[in-house]
Amino acid sequence: MTPFMSSLFLIGPEIALTFAALALLVGGAVRGERAGSFINTISIAVLLFAAIWGLKSAGAAPAEAFGGALVLDRLALFAKTGILLSAALVLAIGTGFLKLEKIVKYEYAILVLLATLGMMVMVSANDLLSLYVGLELQSLSLYVLAAFNRSSLRASEAGLKYFVLGALSSGLLLYGISLVYGFVGTTRFEGIAEAAHMDASVGLVIGVVFVLSGLAFKISAVPFHMWTPDVYQGAPTPVTAFFASAPKFAAIALIARLLMGPFADMADQWQQVVVALSVLSMTVGYFGAIMQRNIKRLMAYSSIANMGYAMIALAAGSQRGLEALLFYMGLYLITTLGMFACILAMRQSEGMVENIDDLAGLSQSRPGLALSFSLLLFSIAGLPPLAGFFGKLYIFLAAVEGGLLWLAIYGAVLSVVGAFYYLRIVKIMWFDEPAPAFVSSSIVLPLTAGIAAFMMLPGALWLLPALERWSQAAASSLF
Amino acid sequence: MNALPHILSLITFLPLLGALILLIFRASARGEDADIIDRNAPSVALATSLITFGLSIWALLDFDRANPGFQFVEKADWFGGMSYHLGVDGISLSLIILTTFLMPLCFIASWGVVKKRVTEYMVAFLILETLMIGVFSSLDIVLFYIFFEAGLIPMFLIIGVWGGVDRVYAAFKFFLYTLLGSVLMLVAVVAMILTAGTTDMVALLDFDFPVGMQTWLWLGFFASFAVKMPMWPVHTWLPDAHVQAPTAGSVILAGVLLKMGGYGFIRFSLPMFPDASQYFAPFVFTLSVIAIIYTSLVAFRQTDMKKLIAYSSVAHMGFVTIGIFSMNVIGVQGAMFQMISHGIVSGALFLVVGVIYDRMHTREIAAYGGLAQRMPVYATVFMLFTMANVGLPGTSGFIGEFLTMMGGYQVSTWIAFGAATGVILSAVYALTLYKRVIYGDITNPKLVDITDMVRREVITFSPLVLATIIFGIWPSLVTDLTGPAVEVLVEQITMAADQVESMK
Repeated sequence: MTPFMSSLFLIGPEIALTFAALALLVGGAVRGERAGSFINTISIAVLLFAAIWGLKSAGAAPAEAFGGALVLDRLALFAKTGILLSAALVLAIGTGFLKLEKIVKYEYAILVLLATLGMMVMVSANDLLSLYVGLELQSLSLYVLAAFNRSSLRASEAGLKYFVLGALSSGLLLYGISLVYGFVGTTRFEGIAEAAHMDASVGLVIGVVFVLSGLAFKISAVPFHMWTPDVYQGAPTPVTAFFASAPKFAAIALIARLLMGPFADMADQWQQVVVALSVLSMTVGYFGAIMQRNIKRLMAYSSIANMGYAMIALAAGSQRGLEALLFYMGLYLITTLGMFACILAMRQSEGMVENIDDLAGLSQSRPGLALSFSLLLFSIAGLPPLAGFFGKLYIFLAAVEGGLLWLAIYGAVLSVVGAFYYLRIVKIMWFDEPAPAFVSSSIVLPLTAGIAAFMMLPGALWLLPALERWSQAAASSLF
Repeated sequence: MNALPHILSLITFLPLLGALILLIFRASARGEDADIIDRNAPSVALATSLITFGLSIWALLDFDRANPGFQFVEKADWFGGMSYHLGVDGISLSLIILTTFLMPLCFIASWGVVKKRVTEYMVAFLILETLMIGVFSSLDIVLFYIFFEAGLIPMFLIIGVWGGVDRVYAAFKFFLYTLLGSVLMLVAVVAMILTAGTTDMVALLDFDFPVGMQTWLWLGFFASFAVKMPMWPVHTWLPDAHVQAPTAGSVILAGVLLKMGGYGFIRFSLPMFPDASQYFAPFVFTLSVIAIIYTSLVAFRQTDMKKLIAYSSVAHMGFVTIGIFSMNVIGVQGAMFQMISHGIVSGALFLVVGVIYDRMHTREIAAYGGLAQRMPVYATVFMLFTMANVGLPGTSGFIGEFLTMMGGYQVSTWIAFGAATGVILSAVYALTLYKRVIYGDITNPKLVDITDMVRREVITFSPLVLATIIFGIWPSLVTDLTGPAVEVLVEQITMAADQVESMK
C-alpha cells in the first residue's frame, strides 16, 4: 500500500463523515425541509458508525498520516470517541426541541457533522496548519449553528457575537502560528519540539502565548470568555448542549497535545499562563454563576469554571496531569449532556422555559427527572460518592504532585462556591412549592438524563475504572 | 458465636439495600399504590435498622476485646490504587453501635409524625445510616472521605425538605460550612497519598510524615473536624441546623454526625500527625475551654429549647476535644466515653423536645410551664436526661466529663478549672430549662389538656433511659471495648514525641 493509501485508510472515519455530510447536503437541497428529521437520523447513524470504525483501530500502534500532518494515537482516539458520541447524543436529544420549536432545518445536522469533522482533525493534528484547518472548519460550522434559528433575534446576536470574537481569536492563533514558524522554521510538531528543546527564544515564547490565547477562546477560559454566556443563552438549546460538550473536549485535548507535545520543554513558560487562565476562569466561573437566573447562562458560567478546573490538571504538565484532565473531561461530557437533557425537558404548555425558578418542586411533579438532575448536579459539584468527585480528586492529585498545592487549595475552596449554586438548583427542585408542571417530553430526554445520572452513581463502579484505563492509555501516548 | 463473613459490609450496606428497595417500590407506584408504600415505608425502615442493630450486636459479641488491632477486616482492590478496605477496632465499633442503636429510635420517633413524603424521608435516613457506619468502618482514606462527605447530601435534604420555617437557610449553612472544611481536608488527604504512596489507613498510621509537613496536614484535617465537631468559633452552623431539622434529624446530627469530628481527631490527627498534635494541643485546649464556658453562657440565654440544647452540645464537645488532646489514656478514654454518652443524652434531649413540639408546635420555652402536673412520666424522663446532661454521678454524663477533666488535669490545672466551670454553668442552664418547662403553674391555656407520653414515645425513650443509667454505673462496658485501641494509640503518640525529643 502506498503511503497515501494507508493515510486515507487511517482517516477512514473522517472520510466517512465528509462524504455523508456532502451526500446529505445534496439530499437536503433536493428534498428541502421535509428531509430534516430523516437527515438527523442518518447523521446520528453516521456519527455512531464513525465512532465504531475508529474504535476498531484501538489496538493498533500510533500512526502518522499524510507525511506527519495528522497523527492517530490513543489520545486522538480517546478524544474522537468522546466527540463523536457526544455529537450523536446532541443530535438525539435535540430532535424533539427542534420539532416543537418548528426550526427543523436539514442544515442543522449537516453543520454538526462538519463541526465534528473539524474537531476530529483538531485532535489528530500533528502540524500547526492541520490544526488551524481543523479548528476553522469547526469554528465556522459553529458560528452558523449559533445563529441558525434565523427568526430569533437573540440567536442572530449570539451568532454574530460569536463570529466576531471568534474571528479575532483565530487571528491571534494565526499570528501565534506565524511567530512560531518564523522562529522555528517548521510547523510540524516534532520540529517545533526539537527547536524548543535546543533553545526557546523569546519570539517562540510570544508565539506560544498567542497560540494559547487563540485556543483559550475556544474553551472559553477567562479572559477570553466574554462570548460564552450570551451565546449559550441565545443559541437554540440543543446547539448550546453541543457547544458545552464536544468542542470543549476537542479544544482542551488539542491544547494538551500542543503543550505536552511540541512545547513540552517550555513548560516553565506556559505553565504560568495556564495557571493564570485557570485561576481567572475558576474565579469568574464560580462567582459569576451565583447571580444567574437563566439556566443556560448558569451552564455557561459552570462550563467556564469547569474549564478552569481542567486547566489545573493541564498546568501540572505531567502524565498524571494529562490522565486527570482526560478523566475529568470524560466525566464532564457525560454530566453536561445529561444536564442539557434535563434542560431540554423544561417545557411548559406555553413553550420552553429557561429560568431556574421554573424547576420549582420538580421533585414532586417529575420525581425521576428531579432525581437524575440532582445527581448530576451533585456530581458536577464534586461531591462524593458521585463520579464527579473522582474527577476532582484526580485533578488534585496531579496538581499537588506537580507542586501546585496552592492552586489545588484555591480550586478546592472555590468548589464550595460552586456547590452553592448547584445546590440552589437542587433546593429549588426539592424544597420549593411546585411550579406549573412540565409537559411530558419525548422519552429520549429523561432516558438520557437517567443514564447519565446512573453513570454518576451505581454505574460509576464500572465507568470510573474503565475511564481511568482509557485516559491512562490516552495519556501515555504523549509521554 | 460463629463469625459471619463480610459482617462489616453487611452492617454498612444493609440500610442502603433497604433504601433502594423502598425507592424502587416508590418509583414504580402510582396513585393509590403510592399511599400504600408511604404507609408501609416506616415499618420497612424500622425493620432494616433493627436488623442492622442486631448485626452490629452480633459483631460486638464476636469482637475480640483484648486485640487492639483492626478486626473483621475486608479488603479488595478498587481502581486508581484505592481499595475497598473495611475493619473496626474498639473505637470505631463503639461508634458504629451508637449509630445503629440510635437509628431505630429515630424511626420510632418519626412514626406518624412525619406526614409528607414519608418514603423519601425513610430513604434519606437509611442512606444516611449507611454513610455514617461507613465513616467508622472504612480503612481506606479515600473511602473514608467519600462516606464522610457524602453524608452531607442526605442531611441537606432532610433539613431542607422536612425542616422548620428557616430550613433553607439552615440547610445551606450546614452544607457549605461543612463542605468548606472537608475540601481542605481533601487537599491534605491528597498530599498524604502522594507522600506515603498509599491510600491504606493501616499503612498511613505507620507512616512517619515529616514534622514540617505534619503541621499543614494537621491544619487541613482540623479545618474539617473542627467544623464537624463543632468547635468554637466555627460552631455557628449547628444551632441553626438543629433548630430547623426535624426531630430525628437533630438526634442523628447531635448523636452521630458530631462524633465524626471526634473520631477523625482520634483516628487521623493524633496517630498520623503526633508531633503537630503536640504542637497544636494548647491551641485546641484554648478553643475548647472557650467553647465550654462561652457556649454554656450562650445556652443560658436561649429562648428556643432546641437552640439551648444545640449550644450545650457545643459545650460538651469541648470536653471531648480536651480529652482527646490531653493525649493520655484517661483523657482519650474519657473523650470516647463522652462521645457515646453525649450521643445518647443529647439525642434523647432532642427527642424530649420533640415530644412536646409534636403536641404544641412550638419550641419556645416561654410557651411552656407546669408540665409536671399534666405529664408526670414525661417530667421524669426529662429530669433524667437533664441530670445526665449536667453530669450527675450515676448517669453516663458524669463519667465522660470526669474522665476528660482528669485527662486535662494531667496536662494543666487551668484546663480542668475551665472545664469544671463549664460543668457548673451546664447545671445553670439545664436546670433553668427544666424549671421553666416542667415546674410552676400552667399559665398557657393551650397546655391544659396536653397529654402525657403515649406508648410509642415510651418505647422510644426506654432504651435511652436504660443506656444512660447502665453506662453511668457500669462504664467499663464502654471503656473495656475502647481501652486496648486507645492504649496502643497513646503509646504510639508518646513514642513519636520521645523521638522528636531525642532528635533535638
